[in-house]
Amino acid sequence: MRNIFLFIRRYFNVILFLVLQGFSIYLIVYYSRYHKAIFSKTANQFTGKINEQYSNVAYYFQLKKTNDSLVAANEKLYNKLKADFELPDTSSHLAIDTIKVDSIEQFRKYRYYPSKVVYNSIVAQNNFIVLGRGASQNVKEGMGIIDPNRGVVGVVTEVSPDFAVVMSLLHKDSHLSGKLLKGGETGTLNWDGKTPNIISLSGIPKSAKVSKGDTIISSGFSTSIPKGMLIGIVQEVKGDKSTNNFLIKFKTAANFYNLEFVYAIENNQAENIKTILEKVKQKTQ
Amino acid sequence: MSTLLKYIFRFAMFIGVQVFVLDKVHVHQMVTPYIYFLFILWLPFNMGRTQQMLIAFALGITLDSFRHHPGFHTAACVMIAYIRPYLINLLIPQEGADSNYDEPSFKSMGGIAPYLIFTGVLTFIHHSWLFLLEAWQFGNIWYFLVKTLLSSVLSLLLIIITELMFARKQKFRTNTV
Repeated sequence: MRNIFLFIRRYFNVILFLVLQGFSIYLIVYYSRYHKAIFSKTANQFTGKINEQYSNVAYYFQLKKTNDSLVAANEKLYNKLKADFELPDTSSHLAIDTIKVDSIEQFRKYRYYPSKVVYNSIVAQNNFIVLGRGASQNVKEGMGIIDPNRGVVGVVTEVSPDFAVVMSLLHKDSHLSGKLLKGGETGTLNWDGKTPNIISLSGIPKSAKVSKGDTIISSGFSTSIPKGMLIGIVQEVKGDKSTNNFLIKFKTAANFYNLEFVYAIENNQAENIKTILEKVKQKTQ
Repeated sequence: MSTLLKYIFRFAMFIGVQVFVLDKVHVHQMVTPYIYFLFILWLPFNMGRTQQMLIAFALGITLDSFRHHPGFHTAACVMIAYIRPYLINLLIPQEGADSNYDEPSFKSMGGIAPYLIFTGVLTFIHHSWLFLLEAWQFGNIWYFLVKTLLSSVLSLLLIIITELMFARKQKFRTNTV
């Protein structure tokens, strides 16, 4: 027993070193597998406050750019107004809707919440975005995030009362599904950790017709991001020799360098779908 | 200014500069500037190894909590804090010279060359351990090597600039301790 104590006292620094290293590596492994750590729940709220202060200052330097993107988004919406379209008289007649209650509201599937980006990283191998909106402002885990021009940004992985952490597309574990707008083939997005704004799409069979400049949209298979959101534009198509698939590289629609405002998307049917899937899982087990 | 206050101020400044200035600068995916670990290099000579490692752990985990993926910088900081005392013992010119001054600098290490080796080696170890842990998940060896080399050069440049801009006044303490 005495020898053990002597040993510990003698090699205390080495042991401490190994313990601290082990703990950090445990954090890396544990965190990347489950995206959760008890530590970050509190740190999230604390660092979020500091980041928010910073972003309030940086916000002013981006006002012009933010304004431009909002004008562009508005323009698109204006062009979708019903007043912009007029059918010939013979095929339509005017009817006034007299119901005061919004009768369509109960069928709402998606709801959008605007949010400011408080922190955004690009250069790391696993990138995160922090939103200045959290659980007390209706942001939940698993909600999809898009930018003002409907470009997919990522998925919420963690929420604290006032802030939310988003795993952006530029993350090793971010595997959303994408769909070719032209052919409709679905594949999986992967980031290789090198160039920001360039992501690869795998799992597209060689029978598909893909060419440079094609659009990739979200498939809508997951409950987080609705179908038809822009993911990117194909930049490079290569055949994979070992499989029957293409290796497609594309430029993301969202520009991760200057995210300022984003929208969080709530899916009202997410809970329903989840419970059904769990039931199926239980049955098959 | 009391020493403790000085170090707390320094801690906050280094974290602040790293998170709000250097992390916002996107030079290139291969070149990531780092300066916050200079805090560990500037710790006093006479500090115990245990304390150094615990302080390095605190510094690393503070930076990591801003990055939202804890562990990477913590591991790298603890690593250089562990190696630092060995390196100082090797590089200090004569017996007891480390008791003449408080902390490592050009002056106290006895010239430009020893101090540059000191910072250079620790910068390289910090970067290689950090990027090795990052690259582990991707398994790309060239990416790791090039990124470590280029980032080390840039960080070393930043350290030299910092050293020249903020000259630390070092009192010569008596060597007859």
